[in-house]
Order: sequence, then structure tokens, then C-alpha cells
Amino acid sequence: MTTDSGNTMKAEETLALPDMEEAQNASGLGQLIRGILSTWPARISAVVLLLIILMAVFAPYLGTVDPVRLDPSQRLQGSTAAHWLGTDSFGRDLYSRVVYGARISLAVGAGTVIVALLAGVFFGVLTGYFRWADIVVMRFMDGLMAIPGILLAIALVAISGATLTTVLIAISIPEVPRVARMVRSVIMGVRNEPYVEAASVLGTSTIKMITRHMLPNTIAPLIVQGTYIFASAIMTESILSFLGAGVPPETPSWGNMMADGRLYFLVKPELILYPGVMVSLTVLSVNMLGDVLRDRLDPRMAKRI
Amino acid sequence: MTTTPDSQVVLSVEDVTVDTRPKGKKPIVRNISFDVKEGETVCIVGESGSGKSVTSMAVMGLLPKDALQVTGGRIMLDGEDILKVTPARMRELRAASVAMVFQEPMTALNPVKTVGDQIDEVLRLHTKDSPAERKKKVLSMLDRVHLPDIERVYKSFPHELSGGQRQRIVIAMALILRPRLLLADEPTTALDVTTQKQILYLIKELQEQEKTAVVFVTHDFGVVSEIADRIVVMNRGDLVETGTRDEILTAPKKDYTRMLVSSVPSLIPRREPIAAQPKVLDVISLQKRYGKKGLLSDNTVLAAQDINFTVHKGEITGIIGESGSGKSTVARCVMRLTDPTEGSVVVNGRDIVPMNNLRDVRKQVQYIFQDPYRSLNPRRTIGQSLMEGLINYGMDEAEAKKRVGETLELVNMPASVMNRYPHQFSGGQRQRVAIARAVVMEPDLLIADEAVSALDVTVQAQVLKLLEDIRDNTGVSILFITHDLRVAAQICNTVVVMQKGKIVEHGAARDILANPQHAYTRALIDAAPAPDWDFQNFRPAAAAVAV
Repeated sequence: MTTDSGNTMKAEETLALPDMEEAQNASGLGQLIRGILSTWPARISAVVLLLIILMAVFAPYLGTVDPVRLDPSQRLQGSTAAHWLGTDSFGRDLYSRVVYGARISLAVGAGTVIVALLAGVFFGVLTGYFRWADIVVMRFMDGLMAIPGILLAIALVAISGATLTTVLIAISIPEVPRVARMVRSVIMGVRNEPYVEAASVLGTSTIKMITRHMLPNTIAPLIVQGTYIFASAIMTESILSFLGAGVPPETPSWGNMMADGRLYFLVKPELILYPGVMVSLTVLSVNMLGDVLRDRLDPRMAKRI
Repeated sequence: MTTTPDSQVVLSVEDVTVDTRPKGKKPIVRNISFDVKEGETVCIVGESGSGKSVTSMAVMGLLPKDALQVTGGRIMLDGEDILKVTPARMRELRAASVAMVFQEPMTALNPVKTVGDQIDEVLRLHTKDSPAERKKKVLSMLDRVHLPDIERVYKSFPHELSGGQRQRIVIAMALILRPRLLLADEPTTALDVTTQKQILYLIKELQEQEKTAVVFVTHDFGVVSEIADRIVVMNRGDLVETGTRDEILTAPKKDYTRMLVSSVPSLIPRREPIAAQPKVLDVISLQKRYGKKGLLSDNTVLAAQDINFTVHKGEITGIIGESGSGKSTVARCVMRLTDPTEGSVVVNGRDIVPMNNLRDVRKQVQYIFQDPYRSLNPRRTIGQSLMEGLINYGMDEAEAKKRVGETLELVNMPASVMNRYPHQFSGGQRQRVAIARAVVMEPDLLIADEAVSALDVTVQAQVLKLLEDIRDNTGVSILFITHDLRVAAQICNTVVVMQKGKIVEHGAARDILANPQHAYTRALIDAAPAPDWDFQNFRPAAAAVAV
């Protein structure tokens, strides 16, 4: 090939460069959110979830009274002007307890997501990148996964005593192996990608290699996994409280309320109904959003099941 | 070859236009016309995106219904317009009149049925033969495609056969009903050169027996020069030129055809060995064993052994071999991407095999990967990717940016591309970026591992020229790994030929390609498509020697 034709090719290629601007990258998140909100079930779920979050944040301003104040003289009342949803067996205001219960549930959900994801990413990277760690840590994770989550959580709470922090950690631990496994598989898949080898050829340090070239690949699956953990943490907390192994009994959590209400179910079924509906609504809307997110971020999974 | 002027026209494509559904701005394939006669081979040649496969799919009636449609023209098969026939009639035609052979034989065959069953199924659906008759026909067809031990092959599953054998099965399946027209879409692209040669001969032999018309879709002019009677050149959906093989190869009328033909590498070595220069790389009795030895069992594989060669300053050394020859293993050992089992790799006088800290070496040796789509991190801009190495070695960002800008211009890209992401570039452009990333480190040795194999010929020629320019401007040595003898002939000063993990021949490219000593090298040269054609000068190779 002559230099002459080389030059014409150069000109041609330069022209052929697409005129796309970097705007594309900036709009990534906005596009994702718009995409998620394009279906009705997702829109409804998002509104429900937003209302529950607002309810938790502004609980003191929503006409509530102190949710733990006992008033035995007013026990098991129906709806009145003073107690919108009536009172429970100790005379506590049911409406206030339901509203404040959202705080516990959302805190447990969010806290579990943070703890489980942090620990899961740590162990996932460790086992995915370093083969020596893989053998030891993953066998331990396998063992952990073999124990039913609820049972493990009950045992952990029993050992360390029931406070919000211990409950949160107890719910998080059973979730860690699943996150770790997922991160590990992504890291192992990316480890042999030519662009990762190319980075190592350029003398990139291990830490930069992991944070720049590998971890960004885990973000999408982690977001999806996070929503499922959020929903299942709320469920688990309710179950633990219902079994009496959750947060301290006087705390207004939806699980505790259902446990208390169980004895008076035949007298006043609303005691279980209201907190039960709230748990269902929250878990359902989080799961729905999670499904839509997954379809968006991982289209291959969308059509299955 | 066996056509005469009055041979019957089997396929006539008249003014065919294919568009996306719903209609796009511009049709994918525009106003294509060509004829194929009985016993004739017409090659449709073009680069990726030229519309050659879409055209052949249209003839087969296989365009994806929800995405593409024929919007104009006629496709006449033996006088019948296949764009107007009913689906039922199309199915009949597909069996009896048109057959197709695809690129990848593994995916064209059903992995859970024996190949005998699969060929038998074609007869079962389209003829009224008894089982015994069918079996006899299948066995005789297997024999005609020159498969060994046909009774055993009949009962084999696809994974039990080699790639070449599988392609023979697919051909047997296509031809058992004696179709009038055979469409072959890159049928030899996935095969090693020696196998490719055999399959080309097989198609030709069967064609001559049956007077089948063949439409052969390919990007490889080497293949074209061996089998074509007539050539149809396509570019970006337009028909550029048609003509007989000799017209197109010796006297192309259009500029595009000229450029396409002259980009095809030919086997004639163009580079002399270079004069004495200091050694940059010295590989001494290198060995690589994969797997671990058990107490009793030995499951290890010797991927490379007794590897000795040197690369001098400013020299381009080629390592040539078919798949599984161990050429990439050697390259990876030189880079320490894989640790060698034994031997030394001496870079600039220092043995790098015992080293634990590779930082210093990494700067001296750089690597260019085969697949430009996967060797750049899709989430990072070109600038970030190119500056990474410099910053790792302590350069400040402003300085690194300046250097990257200069290097991008060296590879004929404007410095302004730094803010873009890899997906915004074509394969050839990405490979330039990957080369820039290696060159910006100012290495003494570049390792190019099949760096041009995934590229179209015109882009391939540009990238090869770029590598040579860089060698001339910077004095870098290049270790050039390739399976393609023709590419090696274009660029290498010396070559190392590998087979099954060993070096079989080693010396100046000029000597080895012109006068091979080892039987394997000779076989490779014989199998290379179009050994007797000098594409750059539009003439047979014999003429080149005579001049």
C-alpha cells in the first residue's frame, strides 16, 4: 500500500468517527429510572414505597401519639377520634404503632442491605481474585448457606441478646454468602478478560485493578440483589419479632405487633391485620421494583421462569 | 469451470433491495443483480457490513421476518420467483432446489442426535424411500464427502468429529437431495488452513459431478482466487462490480475493488532479514507444562518445549502455527502472563523468569491482544485507558495526556478521541487505540498476538503498515504471532514455525517461505489459499518471479 492511499484512509477514518457526545454516559442513571417507571405495576410500587418511606420519616407529625405509652383503661378499643385505629391489649395507640413500625422495618431493611453488600463484596473479591482464599472462605460460606437463615438468626440473637443492632447483624449474616458468591463469579469471569490482562501488562496495582476494572461490573447485579435482600430482611425481622426473638417487645415493630395481637385475634382481628397489610405492601412493592430492575439490567434473565 | 455460454441460468437475482422492518433511512442492500449458471461458482466478496450474508439469506428465504424484508426486485430460481411462492412451496424448494452450508458446523448440527440420523431425516422428510434405501443413500453420501470409516461416522455424535469432518457432514446433508443451487456462507472461515483447502476441493468436486450452481459468500480473496468462476464485489450494501475471476483479480475497474484486492496479503515474502543489531529478546530452552502431575497419573500437557529464538533490535519476528501449536503460550510466557515451567526469557540482558517484581519488565515489553472489542475496558474512556500505564509509572496527568495525544496521532487518530468510549469505534479503530496503548509506554519489544486476525483485509493492511511505520520510527522490536502465513510474509524479517509445541523451522522469512525445509512448513504453504497469486500487483505469482 502506498503512502498516498494511507493518507486517504486516514482522512476517511477520521470522518467516520461518530459524532456522539459524552452526554450518553451522564444520562445512564436517568434513563434507567425512566425505563423502570415505564410500566404500571412498577409505578404503583414506587408510589407505595415512597409513601411508606415518607410515613417513616415524618412519623411524629402524622397525628401520632407516643407509641409505647400504656393506657390499660383504654385497652382493645375500636376506632375513635382519639385512637384512629383503636388500641391494643395494653391500651397503646394502634395507628401510632403502625406508623412508627415503618421506621423499624425500613431501618432493618436498609441496614441489612448495607451490611450484607459490604461484607459480601469484601468476601467475593477476596475469593474471586485470590485463589488461596477461595478454598478456605468459600467452604465456610457453603457451611453458612446450609443452615436455614431464620434458624441462624434466632441462634445469633439468642447468643448476643435482642437489640436493634444485633437483630440487624443476625439478619445480615445469612445473606452474605449469596452476595459473596455472586460477586465472586463476576470477578472470576472478568479476571480472564483481555482488558484486565492488558491492565496488568501496564503495571496496574492489584487495588486499582479491582476497583477500576473489576468492581464496576458487579454494580448492576448488586443493585438487583440489594432489593431482594431489602424485602427479605423486612420479612425476616417480622418473623423474628413474631417468634419473640426480634427487637425488644416494647419496640413498635410490625412483627412485635402481630405477636402481641395473636392472643386477641378472635376479639380484635385488626391487631394482626394492619401490621400484616403493611408488611405485605412493603415487601410486595420492593420485590416488584426489584423484578423490573432485573429485567432492565439483565435482560437475559427477564424472559425466564 | 464446466460452464458453456449456453448453460442454463439457475439463479437470477434481479435488482433486489432489502430493507429493515420498519423501513430505515436507507435499505441494507440496494439494487443487487447477478446470475448463477449451472455448474458455475459465483463468489460474493465483501468486508463485514457489506450485505453479502443478507443477500444470501434473501435467496434462501431466511431473512428474519420481524427485522428484514425484500422491498424490491425478483429472485428467480429456475424461472420461479421465490419472493412470491407460498411458505409450503418455499419449504419444498429449500429441500430439493436450494441448500445451504453455514460458517460454524458445530451450531448447524444437533448435538444430541447422531449425524447419520440427521442426514437420514432429510431423506425421511422429503422422499418416500424405505429405511434400508435411505441408509444406503446416506452411507454412499458419506463416502462421497470422503469421510473415513463411514459406518462409525454414521453412528457418531457431532462432538466426536473434528471441525473439518463436521463441515463435511453439513455438506453431505446439503447435497443429498441433489439441489440445483448450493449457498455456502463462509463455510471454511472457522477451519485451519489445511482443512480449508480440503473442503474447498470437496465442494468443487461434488459441484462438477452434479453440475450444481454454487454461490459462495466469503471475505477471503485467497479462497476466491481458488474457486471462483465469477466474482460479485459488494460494499456497504451496494454492488460494486461483477466480472470473471481474472477480470476482477487482474484488472479491477473500480477503486474500491482495486483497494480490496491489493489489500490481500500474498505469500511472497517482502522483507529482508535485518543487519546485525543487539539482542532485545533471547528465549532459551523455554518449556511450559499445563496441569499438575499426580502421584501415579500424569495429566499434564506439554504446550511448549525446547523453544529457542532471539529477536534483535528493530526486527519483526513471526511465530507461525495452526491452532494448538503453542504459539500463544510462548507469547504469554515471554510476557510472564503465564509462568514458564523451565528455561529463560532474557529481555535486554536480564532473565525475567525468576523475577518476582515485574514492574520494570512490564515497561520494556508490551502486548497487543487479538480481540480489540475485549481488550479495552468498556467503562473507561480511551484517554483513561491510554494514560493508565504512564500514570502507574509515576508520570503526572498533564504530561501523560500530552504523550497520549502525540501517540494517538502516530496511529492516525485525532487526539480529540480521548474523551470517547471504546464502543464508539470500529474494530480497526479500536485496534489502533490498543496499539497506541502499547506504544505510549515506549517499550523495547512489542508482542502482537494475532493482532490483525479479527480485522477485515483493508483494515488489516492498514494496521500492518502502521506496525511497520512504528518500527521504523521508534526502533521497537516486534514479536508477531499469527496463524496466517500470508500476513507473516508481509511483515516479518524472520519467522519461527511451530507445530505441537515445538519449533520445526526457524530462519529468515525470505528463505523459509521460498524454500521450506520441513514437511510441516511445506504443508502449511501448500494449504495457504492462493499461493500462486500476487494480489498487490494484480498478477499471478509466477509473473513476480519472472520480473
